[in-house]
This record gives sequence, structure tokens and C-alpha cells, in this order.
Amino acid sequence: MANEVCFRNMDQDRPWLLEQYRARGGYEMLSRILKEKMPPEKIIDEVKASGLRGRGGAGFPTGLKWSFINRNAPGHKYVVCNSDEGEPGTFKDRDILRYNPHQLIEGMVIAGYAIGATCGYNYIRGEFWEPYERFEAALEEARSAGFLGNDLFGSGFDFQLHSHLGAGAYICGEETALLESIEGKKGQPRYKPPFPAHFGLYGCPTIINNTESLASIPVILEKGGAWFKGLGVENSGGSKLFSISGNIKNPGVFEIPLGTPFSELLEMAGGMKEGSRIKAVIPGGSSAPILPGDVMMDLTMDYDAIAKAGSMLGSGAVIVLDDSNCMVKVLERMSYFYHEESCGQCTPCREGTGWLYRVVNRIETGRGRPEDLDLLDDMTVKIAGRTICALGDAAAMPVQGMLKHFRDEFEYHIEHKRCLVG
Amino acid sequence: MGFKNIPMSTVKPSENKQALFNAKIRAEIDKWIAKYPPEWRQSAVMGALMIVQREHGGSLTPELMDNVAAYLDMAPIAVYEVGSFYSMYEHKPVGRHKICVCTNVSCMINGADQIVEYLEQKLNARLGGTSADGKYTLKEVECLGACGGAPMFQIGEKYYENLTPELIDSILDGLEE
Amino acid sequence: MSDDQMVTVEVDGRQLKAKAGTLLIEVTDAAGINIPRFCYHKKLSVSANCRMCLVEVAKVPKPLPACATPVNEGMQVFTRSPLALAAQKGTMEFLLINHPLDCPICDQGGECELQDVALGYGNDSSRFVEGKRVVPERDIGPLIATDFTRCIHCTRCVRFGAEIAGVRELGATGRGEHMEIGTYIEKSVDSELSGNIIDVCPVGSLTSKPYLYSARAWELVQREAVAAHDSVGSNLNLHVRRNRVMRVHPRDNEAVNECWISDRDRFSYEGLYSGERLLRPLLKKGNEWQEVEWQDALEAVAQGLKRARGTSGNRLGALLSGNSTLEELYLAQKLMRGLGSENIDYRLRQSDFRSTSATAPWLGQPIAALEALGAALLIGSNIRKDQPMLAHRVRKAALEGAEVTFLNPFEVDLNYRARHLVAAPSAMLGELAAVAKALGIKGKLVNGVEVSDAHKAVAESLKSAERSTVLLGNMATAHPDFSLLRSLASDIAEASGSILGFLPESANSVGAALSGALPGDGGSNAGEMLGNVHKGYLLLGVEPTKDSWNPAKAQATLQQAEFVVALNAFRDQGLEQVADVILPIAGYAETSGTFVNAQGDWQSFGGAVAPAGEARPAWKILRVLGNLLDLSGFDQVSSEEVLAELKATLGERKPDNGGVASGEEEIRLNGNGLVRVGDVPIYAADPLVRRAESLQRTKDAMAAGIYINAETAKTLGLAPGDFATALQEEGRSKLPVFIDATIPAGCARIPAALAGTETLGGQIDNLTLEKA
Ligand SMILES: Cc1cc2nc3c(=O)[nH]c(=O)nc-3n(C[C@H](O)[C@H](O)[C@H](O)COP(=O)(O)O)c2cc1C
Ligand code: SF4
Ligand code: FES
Repeated sequence: MANEVCFRNMDQDRPWLLEQYRARGGYEMLSRILKEKMPPEKIIDEVKASGLRGRGGAGFPTGLKWSFINRNAPGHKYVVCNSDEGEPGTFKDRDILRYNPHQLIEGMVIAGYAIGATCGYNYIRGEFWEPYERFEAALEEARSAGFLGNDLFGSGFDFQLHSHLGAGAYICGEETALLESIEGKKGQPRYKPPFPAHFGLYGCPTIINNTESLASIPVILEKGGAWFKGLGVENSGGSKLFSISGNIKNPGVFEIPLGTPFSELLEMAGGMKEGSRIKAVIPGGSSAPILPGDVMMDLTMDYDAIAKAGSMLGSGAVIVLDDSNCMVKVLERMSYFYHEESCGQCTPCREGTGWLYRVVNRIETGRGRPEDLDLLDDMTVKIAGRTICALGDAAAMPVQGMLKHFRDEFEYHIEHKRCLVG
Repeated sequence: MGFKNIPMSTVKPSENKQALFNAKIRAEIDKWIAKYPPEWRQSAVMGALMIVQREHGGSLTPELMDNVAAYLDMAPIAVYEVGSFYSMYEHKPVGRHKICVCTNVSCMINGADQIVEYLEQKLNARLGGTSADGKYTLKEVECLGACGGAPMFQIGEKYYENLTPELIDSILDGLEE
Repeated sequence: MSDDQMVTVEVDGRQLKAKAGTLLIEVTDAAGINIPRFCYHKKLSVSANCRMCLVEVAKVPKPLPACATPVNEGMQVFTRSPLALAAQKGTMEFLLINHPLDCPICDQGGECELQDVALGYGNDSSRFVEGKRVVPERDIGPLIATDFTRCIHCTRCVRFGAEIAGVRELGATGRGEHMEIGTYIEKSVDSELSGNIIDVCPVGSLTSKPYLYSARAWELVQREAVAAHDSVGSNLNLHVRRNRVMRVHPRDNEAVNECWISDRDRFSYEGLYSGERLLRPLLKKGNEWQEVEWQDALEAVAQGLKRARGTSGNRLGALLSGNSTLEELYLAQKLMRGLGSENIDYRLRQSDFRSTSATAPWLGQPIAALEALGAALLIGSNIRKDQPMLAHRVRKAALEGAEVTFLNPFEVDLNYRARHLVAAPSAMLGELAAVAKALGIKGKLVNGVEVSDAHKAVAESLKSAERSTVLLGNMATAHPDFSLLRSLASDIAEASGSILGFLPESANSVGAALSGALPGDGGSNAGEMLGNVHKGYLLLGVEPTKDSWNPAKAQATLQQAEFVVALNAFRDQGLEQVADVILPIAGYAETSGTFVNAQGDWQSFGGAVAPAGEARPAWKILRVLGNLLDLSGFDQVSSEEVLAELKATLGERKPDNGGVASGEEEIRLNGNGLVRVGDVPIYAADPLVRRAESLQRTKDAMAAGIYINAETAKTLGLAPGDFATALQEEGRSKLPVFIDATIPAGCARIPAALAGTETLGGQIDNLTLEKA
């Protein structure tokens, strides 16, 4: 039951070509919608019925998000795709751009039609130059074939689509930072409300969705919301791409139904590397609290199960760590990341992420103090939930997860000025 | 209406835009400008900085950013803000090949530290530095979204994954002078 | 959510009413409930980034920023609950970890928002043991001292620049912890409103450079004052230590200056302490100036005036500064009239007096009404530099979509987009006539002019806007055909349903007219007084080589007078050439008095410091002189008493723009050859600001020179850097040539009132240039 949605073309030769996409019935959904002048509400209802939750990390129901847009508001509206893919451990959207760009394009045009937008932007992280070129080529193909542009299929509906290239800033994955970035500014998140659905790109109503969310749309409409929902489990409709990496044999991206046991996913990825034992798993990108390996082995990969275990499914980025890893070092690296990537506007995040990193770094380098763990705990409380965007939470959660499950390793470090492992 | 919502364009657009960049660069920037609403020329600033950086040896100077500002009718400080915010813009001269090594978790636990060490020795340059012959600049970067191929680095526009010392040797040998 | 819907919210148990959607912090501020904040500023966009104002809202698990949370019905807020306090304290701890805590040497010490809040919310000792961030020194010009190590990244200064000053000079570069406020490259901040960033900065990151390390906040005594330069009459607080003005801050007055002031109003106090301050009366004996006792000086003045007067008061003239107080002007004119002279005037920068009447030209509308304009036509005005706080209001209207048109002899630099009709001075009349014609106005001036699309567009904008205005500025007043510009402007205003207004030049221009500082029946106006030699002159606060329309002629005329007495706060070379006695008067801040601003507010103020040296308030000097001259009605014991007397004589008289046209429509300025545009740069406007050292080091303190466009330069064989001799009817001066593309053909901008222009002729008048 793998590869049903975003990866359903993976068996094809050069699947990114328009020709190949069309051979599988690509753009037929769009054509039907436009020719039939399908009521936008119907599309949105279908997306709602599919149980699709945003694949960018927050898991917000996509259909509900779309329904916030007032189609009849005067002026422009925008569809923005988030291909910034910056969460450490995540590398799935790159594959969509590289291997299935047309499905994303079709999804964006349909989204545009559904919310009454006539223009879309795909924000691709700056380092993804090759995927960007692949996507640009697909845009060219789609334009010449009449799937983008004015008066599509004679319906009177216009839709332009462009890509915008980032330039190295994790924070631009945050949706409002991303909008600021398209507007030619620093990627500093906006305070919400107002939400993008009311005040988005250039001040106009805007929906922002992850690459995978948008690329799922054509298949959902083709096969029906109920079908999609049925792939997954309660509260976690559909199948999802999981980027799995770490100390495993065959890291990669796998599309599997939500609710699949983690152990199966690990098996698909070849299991642990030779001679290594699973120690811990970060189940949803580096901001998701880490879980011990044995806990993970009993979990299924869906929003509720992971949340119940005290972490989150996030973007579906699974990092598997074996027992050769020092958790202090792992946390030090992650804390360094959030400190480096804080946009700098909120006091708790700007000052707190730097402080967090420095304290973990002290512990790692043998200069830790007994009171440091309480200090770390306390700091995370003062950062999480008190900032403009969720980067503050993203920086705090890994610390909380580590201190919850691997506190002893930190204590050992502080006391013995060296590592418990290795 | 806060300044977040209005295009921060200058009151008097610069008149002699031709003089700012050569025809090739202008044509490329113009392509970016065409993607956005006409009153939002500044949306093209990231594209423009990228092009200008590439065409000027891989790094930016205040003068180049001033020209971008003039070309896009922006206040220079607005361009400096953008130029200094995103990590792919360089403000010091770089080597002909910029090697961006990911050291984030997935790469780290797959030996990124050894990759860095190997490169530092081979090129006789520290992270953040440039080799004596000016050919390579070594840079530590955050997760590049290719953890499946850890450890990995990026040179120029290309990703190289599943790195080993031998692979690195052959990759560097294959780069133009 | 309907806009006017009122809701009730509960804050700390108190029921508060507010419009739905109002920001919580506005509601609590209005109710006197204090929520700590750093990034929020009532006049700036909300950034909600400092996270200091976090409060608890019932049913919301996370604390919310009061500065960004709109209120709605039934909302329950706790500003000091455990959750709220924990959040506020948490933020405070983070703010302090990288803050230097150098309060003992910081100029903000004692009035620092961070320090104040830290006392309430901070911990005694820091748990932060890592090294603190240090940001290197940055020089951003002569007015503002920086210490960005102290910066807490609230970005108020950046938002001020973008939103109020209208120029993005400061920015926040870098990211995260490396974010730095500054100009990125070494560069000065040049806005004429730049000093306000000192006030918006909650910490000691941006402080006053002239004031740097000169006093501690708790040593200062605050005194209310009114700004003494342009006709806004910005409300000020002077900070005084031991009888010296140490610095100047704005005092909130929504109807006048909101909470801002121009740099001119903020830093001009430095002029009070210039080395040129006149400290004792001076008497010319032979060709030598001698310091004398007051008694001797006053006797000499009384005798000199009597002698010059002889049998007819008409032999005397009084030239008074529009920056003098109402009380001073009133007594000065009373003195002259007592001596039988009707030769009294304050309009020293005017040359065309044809349509004069006894009106007091004013803005014609409240200052705040400028914000609500839909269209405006400004004639001969560099409003941004001449009346910066009025310009700010017009800019607000423009940002909201008002169509603003400028008709000027060069393109003025603006911080918003506007339509510019640029024409050499001789052509301005034709441009204005074309707009008039587009509105269907007939008459001699309109005959034969061609109407372009631009003229039609201006006419249309004025006509169609719900609220529109036609304003005459400083350069219009100085125009040789001012009366014709004025009459066209008045016709245009009438035909388009716009308000006719003036942008009065000086702090008390409106008051001067009301006080009677205008020629009476048969009296000479300023032009006549400075054109035809009178036997005796009284000058009040006037430096003729800088403050008159035609300095060369003024100086020559005064030189031939029998007796000249000058009341001035400074020594001035030009004055010393022509005067016989110079009496030291109290300067700005040293005397009590009243100014009437552009919108007609009478704003009285007390003296904040004692006059320097032996200087005395001018109203007292004039009163004593009145008595010495045996005139009656000079027994007032206070400036308030003088004011009361003036009020009684004025009765119901109010400022009024209804000019009486003389009917004479002859065009005086011929367009043959080159015409000089002698506008007065912002920091050359009056004796005080000309001596304010720090302002004189800014970019706006223009260098004297000949500014022409490249074309004109080429025709004349001039290159930038060359020196050329500017020749006018009466005067000449050798000055450097600058190329400036904003100057039209047929025109040379040679700013007035700058050193090097004293020997030139009319501010706007014919001119020839010769390569020197
Ligand atoms: C710090 C931060 C980084 C984020 N990075 C990404 C990203 O790289 N890609 C992405 O799709 N969403 C990212 N998100 C989530 C987006 O803000 C947003 O929720 C998402 O794009 C919405 O799309 P979806 O509803 O389809 O998931 C990030 C959020 C935060 C707070
Ligand atoms: S939480 Fe951090 S990254 Fe997000 S807006 Fe605030 S400072 Fe920027
Ligand atoms: S004052 Fe509200 S977040 Fe700064």
C-alpha cells in the first residue's frame, strides 16, 4: 500500500516529465474541474473529507484552512507553496520537486481555483538549485501546454505560478516569514492574528501549504476524499512521506499510510546499521522531542500516537540514533541550530536560544555545573509559547525531550566532565 | 498601516538603471522582477542578490548591494538587511568553489565531523576559511534537506551525498580550476 | 466586527469599556493600568517582538502580548497574575543577559525604561555566566550618540525612520543574536526628524550627542517651553541644570506636534551658549565698540532715537523679527507708534507688498486637518525643511492617498511620492495660472497660458477631493510677484473648494501680524524701510545681512541711517557695521512670552533660565525705553500684563487669510536671463539656529554655493568645484559651483542666510554668473 499519492509515479522512467505525468492521467482532474466549473465549495469539502492535515509540521487540516478564505473579497488572493524544507531531518519535498513537480503544479492550480486566487508562488529553499531548475522546467512545460496562464481550458480562470528562491534561512519555512521573504524583506515572522487567510502575501488573502499537502490534492480529488482518508487511521488521514535518516542502512523517503508501525518503517529503511542498536528516535524533525528507541518500537506513525508518547509527527522526519551517540552532543548540535536560525526579533528566542546553546555547550565540553539542568528546564519554559512564531517552541522542545528521557547522561557529563558513551 | 505592509521603495526611482549592471545581469534580474506585482519590485531582491553575487566572484560588497537597491528602487539599508539575514550571501571574498558541509544531526551522526576534518587537512583551510590558492572556501552549513545521503556537502549548485574521503578526492579532482 | 461597537473587558477585576478591536495596551494605558513594554509605541506600527507586555487572558493557555491583542467582548485579562508575572520576568531576564548594566555611566540612567522595569521585574543576580555581547562603536552623525551594546532590539528607531521620518536610514541587519541596529555601513542619519529616535529608544542605545555625559537625569529640572523656529510652535520640555538648558525634549500635544519635534527645535538650544552671545550692552564710540552700563546704553538709545526722529516720527522705522514674542512685538510697535512712526514691519523676507492688508496670514485650518486632506497644492514651499512637523502631517495624508502637488523653483526632496511642477521663478506664475485656467478662472494673468495634462490633473485633484487645500510657503512669500501668486492661489482655492492657507515662516509670524507689527496708514513696509534711508531704525532680533530679502541693499540702507539701535541676543558682524547701540536681549528660553502658531494657538511660556550675562528680556528693555522717551502706557510689570493689554486691544480679531488685492497685475520678475532662488536652509533660518553648532555640522546645513543644473553650467562654462561670481543689482559674491539636477534651466539656487551670501541682492531676483 505504499506510494499511493505523492510518490505514485516513482516507478516511471523520468517521472518528472509532463509526458509521463499525463500518461498517468495528470492534469485531468484540473481539466475536469475547470471544464465542469466545479463549485469551489465542493473541492474544499472533498479536501476536508480526506482528513488531509498539513504536511509542513503543524498538521492543521488543509480543507479547513482553505475555507477561511473569503473567495468574494475584492482584490488579489494568493496560493503559496512552502518548499523551504529546512527542518533538520526532512528531505521529502525535495523529492516531490525533483520527481513529481507536475502533481504539485496541478495541486496549486486547483487550490487557486478553490480559493479564487489567480497567482501562486512556490518558495523553494535557496540551496535546492537543482530541484528549482527541475521545477522551473516543469512550469515551462505546463505553461506551453496550457495548464498555466490565462483562461485555462476556456474556463475564464487565470492562474500564474512562479517560483521564489530562498537564500539560506530556516525561519523562512515559517509561513509568515516566508511571505515577508517573498516581499523582499528579511524573513521575520509576523505576529498573528491577522492570519495569512486574511492578510497574507502583499496584504492579500493567502493560503500557504506545504509541498506535500498541495501535491496530494490532485490524487485526493481524483480518487475521492474518503479513499484518501481510508488509507490512514482515525485523525490521520491518508498516506504520508517519511524522511528517515540516521544510523540506519537505507535511509530515504518512504510513502506509507499513516498509522504504519514505526518498526515497519525502520524495516523498509533496512533496519539499523550493522552491529548497532537503536537508542532513540526523533520522530518528526529536530524540533520534535526525542523518544527512547524502545518506546518508538511500539508506536505507530500517526499524529495521535506520537503525540500521546510526548512528541510529535511534525514533518515526518525520522532521525534514528544508535547507542554510540552521546545525547549531550546531539542536543548541543540541535541547540546550535536554533540559535543560528533564530530570526532575532523576539527577546526570549534571540537571547534564550543562544543561552541554551551555551549552557549545553558548557556541559558537553566538561564545564557544566550541577544547577545547569534546572537552568535549562527553566529556560525552556520561558521561551516556549512566549514568542511570535513556533521557533521558540522548536528550540525548547528538544531540550525538554532530552532532559526527560536522557537526564542521566547530562548528569554524568556534568559530574565526570566526560561522556557516558564511547 | 505599518511599514511591514507597504513596499519600502524609495521616493525617487533611480533614473540610470542601465549603468548599474551589465546587460546579462539586468536581463536576469528583470526576469525575477516580472514574477511579482509591478509595485513590488523589491520582491526581486533575493534573486538579484544571488545573481549579482554569482557574477561577481561569489560575494557581495556594499557597493553591489547599493546598486541592487538602486535597480529595485529600494533604500540601501533595506538591501543590507536582506543581504545580511540570509546565510547564502557572502560578504567576504570566497574561493572559486564554496564547499558547504552540513554538520547537522543526521550528517553528524554519520560522520560529518570526520568529513570536515578530512577537508580541513586536505585543503589546509579551517571551516570558514579559504585555501591558500584561493580555490576553495570551506563553510559549515545547517541541514540542507538531504539527510538521506548523509554525510553530504554542496559545492556551487550541486549536492554531493554519501561522502567518503575517496569520493571527496574524486569530486574535488573533477572540479574546474 | 463593526468599527464602533463598544465592548466591555475586565482587566485585573476592573470593567473597562473600549471600541472592539482596540489593542489591549491602549485600553489599559487609558485606564492607567501599567503594563511593561519596550517595542510598543503608540505612534508606530505594532511589532510585538520584545515580549515584555505579556499578560494572561482567560481561556488562553499562553500569555498574550497586550500590545498586539485586540479586545473583544467579555475578555478577562490579568496583568499581574502568576502566569503574567512569570512571563514578564522571564522576558526581563533574557533582556538583561546581554545588556551591559553600565547604568552608572549611561546617559539614560535614571530615565531608562529598561532600568525602571528591571527594578520591578528583574532578579537581583544573573544566572547568565557566559560572556556578554559587545557591539563596536558606530558614528551616525553629529546629533546622535550610539552605544548599541545596550540595544534591546525593540526596533522602535527603525520603525520611526520608516514610518515617521519617512526615510529608511537605520535598519536591523544580521540575524538572531547577531542582529544589529545601525546603518550597516558608516553613514550619518540625516533626517530632519532624526532626534526623535533618542526619545523612542527605551534604553541608552541612542542618546543626544551634544548632551553626552554632561549631566545626570536627576540633576535636571524640567521646564515647559514652546519651540522658537517655525510656525508649528512645537511643545517642548527644557531640561535645565544650574541655569543652563542641557537638552530639549518634546512635550506631547496631539493637536500641534503629537509627540515629535524637529531636530531644529531639539538642538538649537546650543546656540544660546555660542561664543557670539552678547553679554553686555555695546555702544559705538567713533568706530570702536565699547561695553557700557545699561543705563548709559539706554540713554544713548533714547537720545539717538529722539535725535533721528526730530520733528517727525516718520523718520524712524522698526524692523522686527517674526521669532520675537507677542509681548516684545507689541511693545516695539507701541513704542514706534508712540514716537509717531507707522513704519513697522516683521516681513523682512518679502519684497512684494502689493496685496497687503491688515490680515494675519495663517494655515487656514487646524494643523491636524492636514492629515485628512485628499489633495493639496503647495506653492513655493520646501515644507519638509521649513516647517517639518507640518510636512509630517501632509505626508500622512499622502500615504493615505492624498494627491499632493508642489509648485517650486526646484524639485524639493520629499519622503513620499508627489507631483512636482518645477519652474524657474519667473515661470511659476504661468504654471499657477495654468492650473487656474484649468479651473475655468479668467483674467489677465491667465490669458495666453497653456494648460497641460498635469495642470488639469492638479485642478481636478483639488476639485474632486473632499478636503483640499492650497498653501503658500516661504519661497512664495519671498517671490517678487508674491501678490500675484497669492491672488491666483486664492482664486484656485475658491474655484476648487479648497482652503487657502499660508505656511507662516517664523515661530510668531501670525502673532506678529496680530500684535500690530505692520505698517499703519502711510507707513513704510520692510521693503521700503530697507530701500529708502530712514533717519533712525530699531531692529529687534534681526541680523540684516541674513534675515532680509535683499541683504546688500538692507545693509547699504542701514549704513546711511543716522541712528540704528539693535536689540539682539548675539554679536553679529553685519549688525556691528550698521548699528550705533546694540542691546543684549534674553534669548529663547530666557524670557517669558507668547507665540501664535500656524493654526492660531496662543501659546505662552515662562522663562526657563536667567538671561545670559547682563542680557534682559526685550519686553522689559522696550518698556524702559518707552519710559525714557516719556511715552505713556509703558508701566507693565510682567509680560502677562503686556499680553493682557494686547488681548484687550485685539478684541475678537483672529488670523485671517482674506487678502485685499491691490488690483495691480504687473509682473515684476522678468524671465530674461538667470534668476536666483535664495531659499533659506533649515539651519540658517534665524540667529539662534545659525549658531547651534551640532546642527551646523549636519548635511542639511548647506554650504553656501551656486547650485545649477549641468546644462546651465555648461552654457556658462562652469564645472563643479569652480568658483563663480554671482552678480545681482546691488550685490555680488564669489561662491563655489555645485551641479544639482533638481534645479531647472534659467535658475541658480543660491541659498540665503548663509555665510558668504551677505553681500548678495534679492532672494529671488535676476542674477548673472561669471566664472571667477
Ligand atoms: C520555525 C518553523 C519552520 C518551519 N519550516 C517549515 C518548512 O520548512 N516547510 C513547511 O512546509 N512548513 C514549515 N513550517 C510550518 C509552516 O509555518 C506552515 O505551518 C506550513 O507551511 C503550512 O502548511 P501545511 O498546513 O500544508 O503544513 C515551519 C514552521 C516553523 C515555526
Ligand atoms: S520565535 Fe524566534 S524565530 Fe520566531 S519570530 Fe521570534 S525571534 Fe524570530
Ligand atoms: S510591547 Fe508588546 S511585545 Fe513589545
